[in-house]
This record gives sequence, structure tokens and C-alpha cells, in this order.
Amino acid sequence: MGKRSRQIRRLTRQEFLLMSAGAGAGLALAGCGGGSQNNPAVQGQGGSGGGGTEYTGPTVELAFWNGFTGGDGPFMRELVDQFSSEHENIQVSMSTQEWADYYESVPAAVRGGEGPDVGIMHSDQLGTNAARGVILPLDTVAESLGLEESDFAPEVWNAGIYNGQRFGIPLDMHPLALYYNKSLLEDAGLDPNSPPTNRDDYEAALEELKSSGIQGSWVSPFPFTGTLQFESLLWQFGGDLYDEETSKATFNSDAGVEALTWMVDLVQNDYSPRDVAQDAEFIAFQNGENAFHWNGIWQINAFKEVSDLDWGVAPLPRIGSEDAVWSGSHNFVIMQTSDQNRIDASQVFINWISQQSIEWARAGQIPARASVRESQEFADLQEQSTIAEQVPYVRFVPAVPGIGDVQPESFDQAVNEAVLLQKEPKTALDEAAQRADQILEENREKYEA
Amino acid sequence: MATQGVERTGVQPPVARSAGGGRKPTDAGTFTPYLFMAPYLVLFVVFVLVPAVFGIWISLHNWDYLLPGKPWVGLENYLDLFTPNSANSTPFWNSMEATAKFTLFSVPPLVVIPLLVALILNQSFRGRNFFRAVYFAPYVLGVAVIGILWRFILDPNNGLLNYYLGALGLPDSIPWTTSLPWGWVALVGPTVWWTMGFNAVIYLTGLQDVDPALYDAAKVDGANRWQRFRHVTVPGLRPVFLFVVTTTILASANVFGQSYIITQGAPGNETRVAIWYIAQEGLRSFNMGSAAAMSYVLALALALVSLANFALLRYKED
Repeated sequence: MGKRSRQIRRLTRQEFLLMSAGAGAGLALAGCGGGSQNNPAVQGQGGSGGGGTEYTGPTVELAFWNGFTGGDGPFMRELVDQFSSEHENIQVSMSTQEWADYYESVPAAVRGGEGPDVGIMHSDQLGTNAARGVILPLDTVAESLGLEESDFAPEVWNAGIYNGQRFGIPLDMHPLALYYNKSLLEDAGLDPNSPPTNRDDYEAALEELKSSGIQGSWVSPFPFTGTLQFESLLWQFGGDLYDEETSKATFNSDAGVEALTWMVDLVQNDYSPRDVAQDAEFIAFQNGENAFHWNGIWQINAFKEVSDLDWGVAPLPRIGSEDAVWSGSHNFVIMQTSDQNRIDASQVFINWISQQSIEWARAGQIPARASVRESQEFADLQEQSTIAEQVPYVRFVPAVPGIGDVQPESFDQAVNEAVLLQKEPKTALDEAAQRADQILEENREKYEA
Repeated sequence: MATQGVERTGVQPPVARSAGGGRKPTDAGTFTPYLFMAPYLVLFVVFVLVPAVFGIWISLHNWDYLLPGKPWVGLENYLDLFTPNSANSTPFWNSMEATAKFTLFSVPPLVVIPLLVALILNQSFRGRNFFRAVYFAPYVLGVAVIGILWRFILDPNNGLLNYYLGALGLPDSIPWTTSLPWGWVALVGPTVWWTMGFNAVIYLTGLQDVDPALYDAAKVDGANRWQRFRHVTVPGLRPVFLFVVTTTILASANVFGQSYIITQGAPGNETRVAIWYIAQEGLRSFNMGSAAAMSYVLALALALVSLANFALLRYKED
């Protein structure tokens, strides 16, 4: 009963053998140095290699790990295959596992010398992995690739910096959005082409839907999508998750209570069923039982595959006093190694994919580079570019080390307890904030020690 | 053993004749037992003993295997668990409570139902082997498989079970996975279905070991079915009970996958079990020191439960 099976797609035996055979023992030896934060080999490498755009060394096999288990995985795999076929001396093999497992196994794999060369990490994971010596500083990479702050959304760009050094090359942003079922709106006598944009309209629409027998806005008590909705609302009501120094939780402010109360009221007012299970709001939307669904941009392709579903997507309505929306961001990282050839080849790979980010946008992402976002090709991706209208006010979880430990122990639980009507929003948030403060304190001690 | 064999067969082994060459068979005694034990002993030392001792060492530090500083904290990780309102005490004891509840709810059905199944499967009837296989079959599945399967069946909004309950005119919105006490039903029910085959097989072997002569004797004395069960089968199964109860308690106390997949700890933390919280603390938050301390507290609790169990069910005959 304690058996635990993990949904990992490990390297296949063949991939692993190829990797070790092709590249010699470099990888295995390279990983032994874990723990040090600054790798001199990387710091001094500015002039070597092809400056990040060209690699002329011996053939290397790069392992690229990520958590693209959804509809985005095949898009990335195709890009990787294309890259490998265009580069004689760099072969990349991609492995995918669930994000939660990925963040657990990558540090151990890198430390054990069997980790990947290149990986993807969310912006709020960069601080943790930088502090733990899992990933390398990439200032010189960013420089040699000619990446500039002005080309990126400032919050995304800054999230990659830890202790004054850059650790991540931003690939995309993936905010929350409002998916709506056009047929349900039409049946309720609403305009299927103009979804609500503010609180009054949203609530009025829900009332209309209710009178036509539809619970219009299912609220999930789980992190996906309940917590994402809570975070967006918290920011909309003018609150924030933590204080300026990320040393104290502030999500139990009046704004937080208002945000969570609004979600609970959706349940109390019968706009959402009680006890929504994991993914039930998503399934109900696909089945035409849920009219408004707050979910991430990454679901575009999933909904496109559902025949008979007449849907649209829009920026989140403004429920609070200002525009705001939760967003995550994928970043390229290079894992700890002292093998210069691998670092050079990894740079070439990152640069190449980064330039194909319009292809990646098709997978359901907003490119991190402004130049790509402003291109005609991106404007042609109707859903993606609609969601990208939110870019001026996207908000991110701060990237301080250990921040990933706080959420599951604090506001994830508060949202769960409140939405399942087990606790009052304020009580749940106050208790969660107390717990969050303890973890933040622990983390400060831990990472500053 | 070797000497006995020689005496019984009367055949002299060749070694004994080549005097001065090798050891006498009787001398082999010194190392032989250890050699026989060696394969297991090596595995035990490498994978159980060394990690267990190393775990104690880890639990005395604030240990993150990737951070250069692993400060010594003495017993702080343990004391924290027993200090109300410290960072880990409330969630840890909540998770221990969830594990205890799961064990309490799952062990009785897992001890009783398989016995009934075994009694039925011990009769001779057509298709007996087929049914023996059928009851055992779920046990071969992984927890991820049964977890996802039951999550779909029990889903409060879109699940099969509520759908069929509704079709029968019964309440169709029971929150199986998001509310209590339903959450416990959602964890215990699938677990019983999943693992009862294992206990049933153990019982079945036990039943086959009960001397048929005892049943005949009881029959001659005029014992009815129930009396035969009560006075022949139950005493005959006593050592098997001890084994089944002990292993079932330990297995139930190690529950993880079901609550991780089916209820996801909901509502709040109520069904988040100890192993889950320990794994999260150690492997997700990388606080291996406090996670190790928690593991030892859990292990100690289980050792005490097992001791009590042995004391209660001890085989009294000799």
C-alpha cells in the first residue's frame, strides 16, 4: 500500500547508452562538483566557442528535460527534432515527466552526475535551484545571445536574477484567461461574442445563466485552477501574496479576504456546485455544463480538440479594483557542469529554440520576447494574442529560494478549506498566513546559512 | 546437518578421505551459517541498516543535501514536533492522525473480509480456481492505476458511482472525494478491494494447514458449523492472524498513493497521511533533517503498535 509509482518518463535505456557512449564520461564526471554556486569555468567563458550561436567542438549528445506533459509536449519535441537534424554535431534527446516529479528528481540527478544538460524551469523555481547549486549562472550566455532587458516583459526578465546573477533565459509567459462557452451564453440570452469584462457584468451573466439552469462559474478547491483564480483576484483587489522583501505573508489582507469571499460566494449563490473535484470544472466546461472557466493559456489546444464545443477566450474580467492576472513563465536553464563543450552546445540550442518561439506560441504560450509578440505571425494566432492583451498587467510569484514550499502548505489549503465551505475565508487565510510566515522564516535561515 | 546426512546415508563424502587436504565437514560450521546469510545480510546492511543509522545522523542536522551548510541542531528537529505551534508540529500530527484513522478504518475490513472470502474459496466448487484468481487480481495493479481508476469512479461531479446512484433514484451528489466522512470511504473502499486478495491467499494457505482430522473429530462430537469454525478453524489460524494483522497494520500505516491521488488530502489537510507529509518535507521542500526526524517518530509509533499486537495475539501454546 505504500507502493508509490511515479509517472516519470525516464531516459530510455537506449537514449542513456547513446548519451554516455557518444559523449564519453564527460557527463558523469561533470556532475560531481555540485553545491558550489559559482562555477569558474562558466564565469570565464565569454570569449570561447561560437559566442552562443555556433558550436564547432566534437559531437555532443545533450539531454533536455522538462515537464511538458500536456498538449505542449509534442510541439517542443518537434522543435527539438528539427534542431537535431539541422545540427550535425549536437544531438538533443528530450525527456518529459510531471513538473512536481521533475523538480524533485532533477537536483538529485544533477548531483549524481546523471542529470540533463538543459532544462526548463518556472520563474518561481529559479531562486531555489540557483541557491542549491543545481543550475549555472547564465549572464555570459544572455550577453553572447544578445538578449536585452528591453526585449522582455520586465517581471519575467527580473525573475531570472538571483544574487545579482542571471540563471534563466525566459522562453514564454502563460497567464490565466477566461474561457467561455458561446452556446451556453446564447441559450441564456447573452451575447456570445462579448464575454463580461467587469464584476457587474460577470455577476449579471451568471444570474442569467442560473435562470436558464446553468451553474456558470465552477470554482475548484484545488491549486489547478482554484489557487490560480485566488491569486489573480487577490492582485485585482489590490493585495499581494507577500510583503516587499518576501519575508511575511500578506495574502490574508482585506484584499485576500475579499478575493476568497467572492469565490466562496460563487458557490453559496449556486453559480458553482459545491465539492468540485479535481479537473471537474474543466471537464464540465468541455461537456457544456460550465459557462465560464478560468484556466491557463495552455488549454487552448485541448479545447480545440473537443468537437461540438463552441468556445472563446478573453482576458479575465476585472472583479476587483484593478487589472491583474496570475502568470507563470518557462525559462531555459543550464545544469551544473564543468564541461565547456556541453555549455557551448547548450547555448546554441537555447538560442535556436528561443528564436523559434513563434512555433512554441502555437503550443499555447505567449513568447517572452517582445519582438515576437509584436510580430504579425503572433497576431494571427487569435486565441494566444487575445490572451496576450493581459501582458501589461501579468503578475508572478516571486522567485526567492524556497518559495515553492510556502504555497502548498498555506494558501492552497486556505482556498481548499474555504471553497469546500469548511472554514470562513478569513479564518482559513489567517491560519495559512501564520504557517506561511513560519516557512518563510525557516527558508531565510536555511538559505542564508 | 552435514553429519546427520552422512550418518543416515552411510556414504562417506570424498572430502573426508583426502586427509590433511581439506577441512573436515564438521569444521565447516564456523563460517557456513554466515556464508548462507551473506547475500541477505549484505542487502540488509547496505539498504536497511546503513540508511537507518545515517538517517539518525541526518535528523540531527538541518540537512539539505545540496546546500554547503548542514548545521548541527541536536534534537531540535524532534523537539519541534512536540512543541505546539512550531513549524512542523501541527501539520505532522494532523497527518499522523489521518494515517491512524485510515489504519483504524481499513484494518478490520482487511482482516475480516478476506477471511470470509478464503472460507468460501476453500470449499470445493466448479470454477474455484477462477474465483481465486479474480479476487487476487486487483492486487497486481499499481497504486497509480487503482488511484486514478477510483478517482474517476468516485468523482463527485462527473463520476460513475454518483451517476448510477442517481439512476437508481438515490442521492447523486455525494462528495466522495472532497468531504468527510465520505473521503474515508473513498480511501478505505478501494484499498480493501485492491489488497484483500493478498490476505485471502494467506488465510487460504492457513486453512489448508488445519488438520482435517480435527474437523472430523469435532463432527463426531456433534459440533455444528459455527462451533467447528469457532473451536477448530479460529485456533488453527491463530499464527496466521498474527501475521495478517501485523502486516496489514504496517501496510495501512504506510498508506500514501491513495490519499495522494484519490482525495488529494482534501478537505484541507484532513486526509493527508504521514508518509505524504514526510515525503513532501524531505523531497519537495528539501528539509531532510526534519523529515528524517518525523520518519523516526512514525517508525517508533509503528514499533509500539506491533509490540502491542504481538502481546495481544501471542501464540500461547509454548
